[in-house]
Amino acid sequence: MLRLEKLTKTYKTGDQALKAIELEVPKGQVLALIGPSGAGKSTMIRCINRLVEPTSGAVMLDETDLTRLGSGALRRARREMGMIFQEYALVERLTVMENVLSGRLGYVGFWRSFLRRFPQTDIDEAFRLLDRVGLLHMADKRADELSGGQRQRVGIARALIQNPKLLLVDEPTASLDPKTSRQIMRLITELCRERGLAAIINIHDVALAQMFVPRVVGLRFGEIVYDGGPNGLTPDKLTEIYGEEDWEATIQKVEGEDEIEAAE
Amino acid sequence: MPVLEREGTQVWRRRTTGESMVRWFGWLIGVAVFVVCWQQISQSTTWFFVWDAPRIAGDIWTRATPPRWEYISKLGRPIWDTLNIATLGTLIALCMAVPVAFLAARNTTPSALFIRPVALLIIVSTRSINSLIWALLLIAIIGPGVFAGVVAIAIRSIGFCAKLLYEAIEEIDHTQVEAITATGASRWQVMAYGIVPQILPAFAGIAVFRWDINIRESTVLGLVGAGGIGLQLSSSLNVLAWPQVSLILLVILAAVVISEWVSAKVRGAII
Amino acid sequence: MSHRELDDMLGKGWRKPHFIKRTWLRWLLLFGFAAYMVAAVMTIEVDWGRVYEGLDRGWQFVLSFTRPDFISRWSDIWSGLLESIVMTVAASVVGILISIPIGLGAARNIAPLPVYVICRGIVAISRALQEIIVAILLVAIFGFGPLAGFLTLSFATIGFLSKLLAEDIEAMDRVQAEAIRASGARWMQWINYGVQPQVMPRLVGLSMYRIDINFRESAILGLVGAGGIGATLNTAFDRYEYDTAAAILILIIGIVMALEYLSGIIRARVQ
Repeated sequence: MLRLEKLTKTYKTGDQALKAIELEVPKGQVLALIGPSGAGKSTMIRCINRLVEPTSGAVMLDETDLTRLGSGALRRARREMGMIFQEYALVERLTVMENVLSGRLGYVGFWRSFLRRFPQTDIDEAFRLLDRVGLLHMADKRADELSGGQRQRVGIARALIQNPKLLLVDEPTASLDPKTSRQIMRLITELCRERGLAAIINIHDVALAQMFVPRVVGLRFGEIVYDGGPNGLTPDKLTEIYGEEDWEATIQKVEGEDEIEAAE
Repeated sequence: MPVLEREGTQVWRRRTTGESMVRWFGWLIGVAVFVVCWQQISQSTTWFFVWDAPRIAGDIWTRATPPRWEYISKLGRPIWDTLNIATLGTLIALCMAVPVAFLAARNTTPSALFIRPVALLIIVSTRSINSLIWALLLIAIIGPGVFAGVVAIAIRSIGFCAKLLYEAIEEIDHTQVEAITATGASRWQVMAYGIVPQILPAFAGIAVFRWDINIRESTVLGLVGAGGIGLQLSSSLNVLAWPQVSLILLVILAAVVISEWVSAKVRGAII
Repeated sequence: MSHRELDDMLGKGWRKPHFIKRTWLRWLLLFGFAAYMVAAVMTIEVDWGRVYEGLDRGWQFVLSFTRPDFISRWSDIWSGLLESIVMTVAASVVGILISIPIGLGAARNIAPLPVYVICRGIVAISRALQEIIVAILLVAIFGFGPLAGFLTLSFATIGFLSKLLAEDIEAMDRVQAEAIRASGARWMQWINYGVQPQVMPRLVGLSMYRIDINFRESAILGLVGAGGIGATLNTAFDRYEYDTAAAILILIIGIVMALEYLSGIIRARVQ
């Protein structure tokens, strides 16, 4: 469904963040993107919905090449891709409900959105999603009154109300504590399963990726150096992705955490 | 932070000899400039009047006290005019300052090369010129009166408000804007959902802050004929009616204190 | 339970909660504001015929910016400008020097209560009195000339700078100052080592800003006879010599821009 063809991004400074990335994501597949800071994970996700303009290459969503779209068509294409951010990126001074409804902006005209007169179907869907992420009672609270985990749930609801085919998830757990991190990851993967969504999840926590995701792609210096199941991530592979370190502990920790999971 | 070897012992100095020479030289120039300036001032001063000043000040004081309280009945309309000049001037200025600020902020300007410099020019030129000078100019153009005062205050405030506002726009959290953009929102929707909520508190703060300043400024606009209580001040001064002058000054002082109190309250309520 | 709530909410409309929750208060404020606006606009007498005539003159004035006349009144402009600069420099130096001790005294965390009250009193008086009103009084006392302007600007500088300096000292990091005090330093040493390094960058920045303001203010003091370029400008407007007025305004804007640029560089260097 999503295919990256020779996707390259070179910044003005001359740094090559992505070097001719080739990647195919079939419908409904959830994929974790791991790699050290600066490997180009964030750039890659932003190149897909063109928050960052790719230098060359193609991003094929179904049969359209997103890199060639004009601004109107790009906006319509962005509706198909929900995005979830590291620091939640909620508009802090708007209410939870407004934040969720802002996911419908691509479908609603300016004046309707300006006057907050969204169609009833959108409002119902927003209520349903808030209920699904467990925040229905918070609908009229301001976003900056929420805790980190709650904010990220609102972020998820905002991405889902777009009714996307694909979720772009940028470090969803980086600002959260371990327990909340897992709840959020579980929520994202569950929702993807329920709705048959594909997702690309940037994540730096290898253990967490292995726990929830069937396919892992490792990125280093803008190149894909690993692509396979979570169990194929051997210490050698991790060394290739992240550099020299004692990886046994990390992998053991994964098993240990599974037990905790089971016990919960 | 040099450590010098001198006669076998290490001596610590805060600066090297060269650095301290430069510093002393800088101070010397500074003092010289000040002395020259002072001489200029003292040349064009009639020192006889200055030595006489305490007596004159005492004289004015005895004439100005007590204030002519009953004159306050004539001040109602001027006070109302002053309030209107400040409030309407501020409102007009805000309406004009918002587009200018969006054109001037690096992250929202449509063209950093052509439009931004024009917006910045508007800001700096309206800001550099005091409202009294704008009032002088407007009186020459559209005649004396309250309207000239309103326009003068409005023009002067555009630059001030737009500058603070565009700085606020440049400081917004970019990821919130990114998140709205990623939903497929149009340019105007990104503005309404991503940017405006972030700068709204700053906007309200600036509005109230400027209103407070404008109350002060509009009290003296009358000195050049642009309406408000300054008109009464000016005519009382012209006929040396010191008891009226002292009453007007008290009223102005009260207006300033009240407006400062109001603006502090409103800002507290918003933020 | 939660599904029950959801079923209740589905199909119901949703409105953004209002900023002011009490309905009657919201309407009262809205209605009050509207009523005030109507009253304010009604009482402003605008002679539209005069304004219409003025448009032509206004346009002439705008055009005169394309051909400013620096030459024919150059000696007046030059002496006025020089006087403004001289007043600015002298008043800034004196004002800054005086405002440092007053600023220290007005900071609650380092000054004893009686000193604090006196210093805050000075600050409050200086801030409440408009520059132009102070200038009028000082001209009455000391006679015409730049001395009155110099004193006015110094006085205004004290209020502005002491207040901000005091707020800065009150907001400083306690621990750093305590560490110096713990070493057994005297009061002066404590200020020099514990307080000064923390507030110095901002003091320099604020002083630069105040110099900028002083120059702008010095341009209007001439209107009341307190020296500077304002008198020349006033004459130019009175004689409808827009080309000369435009030249003066361009000079003022240019100097203000240069000062802002300079203060930007200095602030970047001290921080």
